[in-house]
Amino acid sequence: MSLLGPKDDTQPWKGRYAPYDLVKELCIAVAVVTVLAVLLTVLLSSPDDRPSTIGQWSHELPGDFATTAAAELTETSGIAEYGPPYNHNSGAVQHFLFLHPQRWLGVSHPINTADDYVIKPLETIPNDAALRSALAEYKAAPEKQQKEWSAAYAKPLEEYGTAIEEKKTPPSTVSVDQSTGTVTVKVSGAGPVPTMMTSLESLAQSGGLEGGLVSSSQFFQTDYTKPLLFMADGGLLGERAEAQHLLGKQWGLMNETGSYPGQPWLWLYALWYQVEPMKSSPNADIQVLLIMGLLSFAFICIPFIPVINRIPRWIPVYRLIWREHYRASAGPPIRPRSSA
Amino acid sequence: MSTVQSPTTTTRSKSWTVKVRERGVEALPPDRLLPDGQPTYVASWIYVFGVASIASLIVIIGSGSILALKGPAWWHETGVGHFFNSIHMWSVELFFFAMVVHLWGKYWMAAWRGGRGRVWVTGAVTFLVAVPCALTGYVSQQNFDAQWISTQAKDAMNSVGVGAFFNLTNFGQMYSYHVLLLPIAVVALVSVHVLLVRRNGVVPPIELDKKLPTWAPGPGPDGSGQTSTGGRS
Repeated sequence: MSLLGPKDDTQPWKGRYAPYDLVKELCIAVAVVTVLAVLLTVLLSSPDDRPSTIGQWSHELPGDFATTAAAELTETSGIAEYGPPYNHNSGAVQHFLFLHPQRWLGVSHPINTADDYVIKPLETIPNDAALRSALAEYKAAPEKQQKEWSAAYAKPLEEYGTAIEEKKTPPSTVSVDQSTGTVTVKVSGAGPVPTMMTSLESLAQSGGLEGGLVSSSQFFQTDYTKPLLFMADGGLLGERAEAQHLLGKQWGLMNETGSYPGQPWLWLYALWYQVEPMKSSPNADIQVLLIMGLLSFAFICIPFIPVINRIPRWIPVYRLIWREHYRASAGPPIRPRSSA
Repeated sequence: MSTVQSPTTTTRSKSWTVKVRERGVEALPPDRLLPDGQPTYVASWIYVFGVASIASLIVIIGSGSILALKGPAWWHETGVGHFFNSIHMWSVELFFFAMVVHLWGKYWMAAWRGGRGRVWVTGAVTFLVAVPCALTGYVSQQNFDAQWISTQAKDAMNSVGVGAFFNLTNFGQMYSYHVLLLPIAVVALVSVHVLLVRRNGVVPPIELDKKLPTWAPGPGPDGSGQTSTGGRS
């Protein structure tokens, strides 16, 4: 047998047939699978942890919410710097050699974090003269001035966030009252920004920010891109995910909340993220997807790939599968002739 | 006296409908499409996993249809809804389990032999299309899992540009993919796969011609001596 040019010597079957009821077999299989699924349902149910809300986030982690909102206003958050398909930056743009598909497909879901996450939601708040005045002052200022105000407000919050992360004493310029969910930032040179951010926190805690982020010219809404990405910039989703063992360094996508099975069929995809150079690469996603694309193509083409399509002949698992057939075809054992 | 051919006969040969019917019946005569006998070598538990995959798919579609009838929020609000959602989830797990075992079994049988390459290809593509079909279900759950999976998996989709038309954080788009576009693709692929299996028959054991003498046609399932059903002619 040749490795590179295997000869297909499979002959059409001309042997015996056994009675077979295809429709009956399918009906029995459906019944068995239904019983199995019902049994698993009765015994184990399925996960359904309530989704996080922006209101919950701003109540439970007010400091994190304020830090994230300030980063959105200064356009230094993860989404603000992401790049396509959300904006024209390059913080999360990946490529492989000359392949830049993320850039090629362009900005299909535009997000301006300062406008979409802060300014526009604040404009929906009625009957607040101080806020209206602050907004008017901010919008009338040159862009450079806006950035200076935003940066002055965001800096102590960033220091606060870093201190909390590293479990150090937070700076005295930021005080967070966990019981009321209020954040006070003592800062000079921030212009109208503290007033705006206090109003944004109040809007979030009232539950009004979710609606503000999904609203558009349409009445019906099914696109949660903006609120989801805003929340993903913060720490609440990650905190809940870590507690449920859902992080990439834990069970990742193999798992769902409550230790229910997730998508274990993606084990190979998930594995590549744990292997160098992907593990530490800023282009890990495109590298892993290209590897999986290549492997998927090879998987489809197995019948036509030399060596791979010969392995089943070399490792004779088929002898186990068709053992009854081979046993039957060998015929009755030949007894040695008696010498008597 | 000359005979005149009836208009019906002359138009029949040009009829697309007749051509499709004739080709269909030629490729898959009824006794091969729905056989009542199969080769005797089809005698292993590994063969169960092919039909188990299809059975799981039927349960998935059934439970998913009930969920679709009541809308995407129903299963969060009622015990009955949660029950059907659980059946839907577990039948998906069973579907992938059965399909993976089926694929491994077919690999070790080298089931592409004897001109059955397309059978393998359609099976492998079905598995690959089922993966995003399941993913869109996970991100359409409207719970914390959906929030976490969609915000994490978006980076992979975006990195290859797919995120432009497959936005995991857009519930409406993902729900459409999950209940319509991808299930249609899976069902179509499974249908073609099964028809190819019926057309080509179940692959015979490896090196059959060297291990066994050429078999004389044996008695069929009804003892009539017919051997055509289920086999590849």
